Amino acid sequence: MTIDRNLVLYLEKLGRIRLTEEERAACETELQSIIGYFDQLNSLDTCGVEPLSHSFPVANVMREDCTAPSMEPALLLSNAPQKKDNCFLVYRTVE
Amino acid sequence: MSITNQTALQLAAQLRSGALRVSEVLDACYAQIEAAEPTVHGYISLCREDAYAFAAKVQARLDAGEARSALAGVPIAIKDLICTKGIPTTCASKMLEGFRPPYNATVIERLHAADLIPLGKTNMDEFAMGSTTETSAFGVTRNPHNPAHVPGGSSGGSAAVLAAGEAPIALGSDTGGSIRQPCAYCGVTGLKPTYGAVSRYGLIAYASSLDQIGPMGRCAADCAALFEIIAGRDEKDSSSMDFPAFSAAAALAGDLRGKRIGVPAEFLGEGLQPAVAKALREAAERFRALGATVEEFPLPMLAYAVPTYYIIACAEACSNLSRYDGIKYGHSAAGARDLLETYILSRSEGFGMEVKRRIMLGNFVLSSGYYDAYYKKALQAKRMLQQAYFKAFETYDMLLGPVAPTTAPKLGESLSDPLRMYLSDIYTVTVNLAGLPALALPCGTDENALPIGMQLIGKPFGESALFAAADAYQRTEDAPLGRL
Repeated sequence: MTIDRNLVLYLEKLGRIRLTEEERAACETELQSIIGYFDQLNSLDTCGVEPLSHSFPVANVMREDCTAPSMEPALLLSNAPQKKDNCFLVYRTVE
Repeated sequence: MSITNQTALQLAAQLRSGALRVSEVLDACYAQIEAAEPTVHGYISLCREDAYAFAAKVQARLDAGEARSALAGVPIAIKDLICTKGIPTTCASKMLEGFRPPYNATVIERLHAADLIPLGKTNMDEFAMGSTTETSAFGVTRNPHNPAHVPGGSSGGSAAVLAAGEAPIALGSDTGGSIRQPCAYCGVTGLKPTYGAVSRYGLIAYASSLDQIGPMGRCAADCAALFEIIAGRDEKDSSSMDFPAFSAAAALAGDLRGKRIGVPAEFLGEGLQPAVAKALREAAERFRALGATVEEFPLPMLAYAVPTYYIIACAEACSNLSRYDGIKYGHSAAGARDLLETYILSRSEGFGMEVKRRIMLGNFVLSSGYYDAYYKKALQAKRMLQQAYFKAFETYDMLLGPVAPTTAPKLGESLSDPLRMYLSDIYTVTVNLAGLPALALPCGTDENALPIGMQLIGKPFGESALFAAADAYQRTEDAPLGRL
C-alpha cells in the first residue's frame, strides 16, 4: 500500500481536519510506515473466521421504562460556544 | 511514617479510629503536591475547595461512626478524562480546555457515595492517545523516580502522583495499556478490569470496545478495595456487565498454592531489555515459592497484536472524535464563515498531531476499498487472539508477563517516531482486544534504579485470583513496592 499526498488530502477531508504543508509531508511518511506495518496482518490466515466486534456476547439490554426529570436546558447548553433561545446557534445550512 | 507514604487502607483505618482527621490527610496531600508539582507536573487542575467542603461532611460521618466504605475519607486523584460535574475535564486537549461537564461519571458518583475525596485531575496523553504523557496539550509529566524520564501513558499523571506521594490512590483508564504501562514505569500497582466490569458512563471515549476505567494504587490491596467500590453493572452503560459479587476481603484471602501460571514464550522474545527479563524470572521464582507452578507456553498470535490493536482503536477513535464539531461544547474556531469551516478550523486548532494522525488512520482503515483488508481483518484477528487466550486458560489459572519491553524511556525519545512508540505497547494491547483483566505491579528495578513492572492476566471476571496472587507476592519479604 502506497500513501501519497492525494490520499493524505482525502483523509483530511474525511476527518474534517486541515494540516499545514509541513505536517502533510511528515504525515505522508509516518502513515506509510504505520500502514506498511499494518500490512503484516496479510500473512495471517483468517479464512472462515467470524469478525469479533464485542468481546463478550451481549444481547439487547433493556431497562424499565420510567419517567425521570431531564437535565436543565441551561445546564446542557452551559458549554456551548454560541447559543440563543435555549438552542445551539449554528450557521444556516439550508438556503 | 508520614501520611503521604502510607497506603490508602492504612489511612482509612486511622481515619476510622480517629487517629487521623480527614483535613489532616488533605493538608498533607496538598503540601506534598505543592512540593512535588514543580518537578512532576502530574496534575492538570486541583479541586481544593470542593475537597475540603466534602471532607467536612465525611468527617462528620466518621465522627458518628459511619464509614461508608473501606476507603472512607481517603483522597483520590482522577484522570482528566473522567467527567466531574462543574470541575474542568480537559482530556489533556485544547479541544476541551475550559469544559465543565454538566454531570458526573458513574464512577465519580460511586466515589462520592463511598466518601472518597477527589484531590484534582491528572495529566495524560491527549485523548489517551500515547504511551508517555508527552502528547498532553498542558505540558509533560515527569517520572518521580528520575525526572529526565517519562512516567508512561496515557495515565501517566495518575501513576506519577502516586509514586511522588501526591495522592494515596487514583483512577486511570486503559485502552491498550494506559493503566498498566505507567504503573510499571512509576513502580505502582494498577488493574485493567474485565471489559464491562466498570461503567464507562462519563468516561470520554477513545475506543469504546477497549476502554476500561480501573484503580491505581501503591499496592494490590488498595486497588482491590477501590475496585469493589467502582465495579458493577450500570444501567447508563449497556456494555457494563453483571459482575459476580466482588469482595476485596474474599479476593485477598485467596492464595497461590496449586495455581498454574503460564508465561507466553513470545513475551520473553527479542526486544526485551535484559533487566526486565531478569526481574520477571525472579518474580516467577517468588510465585513458585508461594506454591504456584510457572511454565512457558507458545502464544504465536502475539505477532499480530500491535497492528490489530491500532487498526481497531483508530477506527473507533475517528468515529468517537467526530462529535467535536465546535458547536455543542469544546473549542470553537473564531473566523469560520460557514458550518463546514466551523468543523474544519475548530478540529484543526483543537486537536494535537497524534490525535489527528489516529483520526486519519481510522478513516483510512474504514474507508471504501480498505475496510475488508484492514478493519474486518483486524476484527477476525481479534477473535483468533481471544480464542488463543481462552485455550491457554484451559491449562492455566492466570498468565504472567512483562508490561513493557523496557523501563521508562527519556523524555523526547518516543515522539519522533510514532511507529516505535506503538510497538512498545506489544505486551499490553492483547489484553484489551480479548476483554481480559490484567493487574500490573512492580517487580524490581533496572541498573539505573528505574522501576520494572510485570502483569498478571486473568480469565474474564477473574480479578479475585489476580488480586490474591499480587497481594501474596507483595507480602513476600523485600517485595518491590514503589516508594513505600
